Order: sequence, then structure tokens, then C-alpha cells
Amino acid sequence: MSNAQQREKNVVSDEVMIELKGMNKWYGDFHVLKNINMKVYKGERIIICGPSGCGKSTMIRCMNRLEEHQQGDIIVNGVELTDDLKGIDIVRRNIGMVFQQFNLFPHLTVMENCCLAPIWVQKKPKKEAEAMASMFLDRVQIGSQADKFPGQLSGGQQQRVAIARSLCMNPSIMLFDEPTSALDPEMIKEVLDVMVDLANEGMTMICVTHEMGFAKTVADRVIFMDAGEIVEENNPEDFFSNPQSERTQTFLSQIL
Amino acid sequence: MAIITHTPSLDRLPPVEKAGVVGWMRTNLFSSWLSSIFTLAALWFLFNTVPPAMRWLFFDASWIGTTRDACTTDGACWVFISVRMEQFLFGFYPETEFWRVIAAFVLAIVLVAWLLIERTPQKAKVALFTVFVYPVIAYVLFYGGALGLEVVETHKWGGLMLTLILAAVGMCCALPFGVILALGRRSSMPVAKSLSVIFIEFWRGVPLITVLFMSSVMLPIFMPEELSFDKLLRAMIGIIFFQSAYMAEVIRGGLQAIPRGQYEAAEALGLSYWKSMFLIILPQAMKLVIPGIVNTFIALFKDTTLVLIIGLFDLLAVVQSAFSDPNWLGFSVEGYVFVAFVYWVSCFSMSRYSMYLERKLHTGH
Repeated sequence: MSNAQQREKNVVSDEVMIELKGMNKWYGDFHVLKNINMKVYKGERIIICGPSGCGKSTMIRCMNRLEEHQQGDIIVNGVELTDDLKGIDIVRRNIGMVFQQFNLFPHLTVMENCCLAPIWVQKKPKKEAEAMASMFLDRVQIGSQADKFPGQLSGGQQQRVAIARSLCMNPSIMLFDEPTSALDPEMIKEVLDVMVDLANEGMTMICVTHEMGFAKTVADRVIFMDAGEIVEENNPEDFFSNPQSERTQTFLSQIL
Repeated sequence: MAIITHTPSLDRLPPVEKAGVVGWMRTNLFSSWLSSIFTLAALWFLFNTVPPAMRWLFFDASWIGTTRDACTTDGACWVFISVRMEQFLFGFYPETEFWRVIAAFVLAIVLVAWLLIERTPQKAKVALFTVFVYPVIAYVLFYGGALGLEVVETHKWGGLMLTLILAAVGMCCALPFGVILALGRRSSMPVAKSLSVIFIEFWRGVPLITVLFMSSVMLPIFMPEELSFDKLLRAMIGIIFFQSAYMAEVIRGGLQAIPRGQYEAAEALGLSYWKSMFLIILPQAMKLVIPGIVNTFIALFKDTTLVLIIGLFDLLAVVQSAFSDPNWLGFSVEGYVFVAFVYWVSCFSMSRYSMYLERKLHTGH
């Protein structure tokens, strides 16, 4: 695999898209995220891994404020996420999010799922929104299913529709929260292929996943979390071949 | 080395004891001794009740005539109903103005059919007309006082007309009120939430009879003379508040059944609270609780008979008042059967329409 080649194509600029500064989060008394500091640069592909319950999903859900943090700063595209709810919708329009459980809207067709936000949030004319949706649906190779309902599609197809739905908002950042964990093994590849394509186009991506093969292929940086902390952060070659901390070594020995 | 040979099997019919009429009867009617006994007992019961009922209702009944003398047979005397039909339908509404009521109902039926039947054009415009213009037209037609129409006071309204007006207004107002109350009760804003909870718990905790009684007897005592308004309007508001509290709880059940992920997906796309509610959450929640909504509608439709305790003559009250007509004593069974039939047809069609709607909106596979 020509990892090196692919990485060369990817231009990571100095522009910071997301910054977390001394961020802490609690669920009641339980300290889920402890003093998180990280920067995501434009065009960067970051993989977050770690044992379940370590706070990795919670962390990326904080980035579009599906979860609220209690301490520290989160700055997305130059906007600080605070209790002021007016700004949050605008921040969210620029962040696409793909969920483990797809979360397509079951009462709407695939096409309507994709057009809903462009029409109602971005106020695009219906024709234009539909043209763009078909373009993205074709790109995730599901254009022929546009008139079906999500319930009529397989898990892998639904997840590809969910990716297309996010792309229709033309986001500058995509968050993936374990996008392949709910899929049957034979469907994982079709979703990962779409994500690799997206990565190769230079999309800024933050992906929580257990797919280490995918991490090796596309990641610029791998972040390993345990017990609410960032334990290790490295480029994929060094992360997998030469893990520094003992916890990372134990984790990798269990999953590889 | 494995060798596999396979000749395709010919299609066979299912065994006769499991299929067809005989198979059906064996599995459903005579599967055991006990079930055979129940089947025979049921047949005996039907044989003894259905034919006499049919004779009384149809074959031996008197249909034609204008006076009591027409009732010569052993069966029911439907002449009583047909002679009194105008009163049963319109109450004490002046005869010369019947056309206004008929026009309002025909227009309502056309509009509702337009909206309910698929493949009719311009649905959005018709819906707007129905919601905003039709109520004004209906009010002018029923009450008058404009366009040269004579005023017909509400105490003259009655019969099926009054029942349908109460039920239709109740349903059309209770549903949106219920939606707002349900959203309020689940809101994170403390004021909206507590107001909704207080409203719902208050109206749900009071019997409808009390509500109607208070509205007609107590309210005028506490309110100054010049502020008092129409009795029918007061009853209507009471019914709407009462039923919207129930409706709110039905809809809240639907809202709670929508997975958290749907809310999150809507939020993540940047939809505002109201847009995500009206585009994503409510369409799914309402679909889930169609049976509950129709249940409340049917209850509301039947509860309108309670207005008779405050002196409004709905269908049941008008029919009952006809029993005391000295020319027609002794025909109460016919009257009650007629009322029951009208209520049953109305409620059953609501129930069938809701089943059709559930099938139509089903998108999961």
C-alpha cells in the first residue's frame, strides 16, 4: 500500500479548524474527559482509538456540542462553543457528523433525507438541492436507491446515505463516530471505501474507529485515549510499529 | 470426495388437511374437543339471536308512513325516526334556514375529502383554505348575522348538527393544542414546562361533566353580566381544554418513543428546535400514536353527548326529548338503536381511516 504517496497528496495547512484547550467534562461526578488539549488542522485526518468507555465518542460529540463540556475551551472554525445557543446552529452547519447507528430519518426517502437540511437550513431551491444530493448519492454509489426509504436499505447502504446526507451541507469538517461498528463484516468495506475517497479529496476528518487497517491507510495522526485522557498521539507508522506507552502497547496487542 | 446429485423436486400442493376451507375449519373451529364445543355453542347462540334481530330490524319493520297508525307490524317502527328526522338532524334550527347547515357540511365534506384522498391537486392551498377561511364561512352560515343571513341563536342548534360541530371543533383545536402542550411538557425551559404540566394535570384531573357544569352554571355567577358569553362557546372551550390535555399525553408518549439519535442527527445538521420538531420528530411521533389519537377522537365524539346536562340538545338529547311526545309514546328502543347506529358508523369510520393511514405511512420494511 502506498501510504506515503497518499500522504504526500494531502496538504495539511497551518489553519486550525478545531482547538480544544484544557477541556474537562463530567457526567454527574464521573470525570469523563480530563484536560484534553488538541488541535485539528485543515485537511488533516485524525483517527481516535481506545478501549470502549474511554471518552472518545464523547470527545468528538463535544466538538459539535451534542454534549456540553464544563471546563476549558472548544473553538471550532474560530467560534468558541459556549452556552449561547444562537451560534451553535451555524457552527453545526459546517460540521458533518456520521453516527454509529446511521440515524437516517425513517419517514423520509433517501433523497428527502439528503435535501432536508440544504432546503430548510441553507434555503436552497429544491431543484438545486436535489441536483446536489444526486451528485453526492452517486459518489457514494447509491444514486439508484434515491427514492427508497432507509428501512429498505442494508446497513452499509444506510451508512453511505448518512455520509452523503452530511456532505450535502458542504461541511468543512467531518466527524465519524464509529461509523462501521454497527455493520455486518461484509458491509464494512463499502463504507470504508467511501471514507477513503473522501480522505483522498482532502476533507478534514476526525474518526473514532476500531478499524486499524483504515487508520494505517488514511490517518495523518492517531490519537489513543484511555480513561478520559489522551495517552499517546503519533503518526500511524510509529504509532503501530513503535508504541511508546504501556497502555497503548497493551491495547494494540489485544486488537491486532 | 463428496458427490452431490440433485434433481429439482416437483412443486406439490399443501396437504388438504392444512389448506382450504376444511383446513381452516380444522385449525380454527374444531382443533380440539373444547374448541368444538365452543364453536357449536357460538353457532347455537347466533342462530337464536341473529334471525329475530334481523326480523325486528328489517323484515317485520314498518318503513313507510307519517303517523303512528303506520306501525302495524311486530317489528321496529322506523316511521318514528323518519317523521322526526329533521329535528334529529337540525334540532330547533328554523326550517327555512336548513340549507345553510347543509351547505356548510357539504363544503366541509368536499374539503376534507380533497385533503384525505390521494392524487388530488393543490393540496397545500386547499389545506390553507380549510384552516383559515372555512371556519369563517362555517361560522357565518351557522350563526348568520352577516351577508344578509338571519341570526340563528346557538340555543336553537341541536341534533346531529350540534354533535358534529362540537366534535369537529373539538378535534381540530385539541390536536394542535395537544402538540404544543406535549412539546411544552418536554421542554427544557422551566416556565414552559411547568405551565404545561399544571395545565395538563388540572384538566386531566377533573371529570368532563364537572368542566361542563362549571362552564354553564358557575362561570356566569363569578363573571360580570356584560362579560358573559355564549353557553355553547363556553362548553366548546371546556371540551377543547379537557381533550387537549389527554391529547398532549398521547403525543408525549410518541415523542418519548423517538430514539435520541433522531434528535441528535437533526441537531447535527444545524436544524433549529422548531424545524427539527416539525420536520423530523413530530411526523414520526404522530405516526406512532395514530391509534392513541384516534382513540381520543372517538372518546371526544362520544363525550359530546354530555352537553345534554347543561341543556344543549345534541343528537341523543333531541331523540330522548322526542320520546315524551304523546303521539309517539313507546318508541324509545327505535330511538336508541338509531342513535347507537349513527355513533357507531361515525366511530367505526374514524377507526377504519386510521388503519388505512397507518398502512399508508408505514415506511419500515
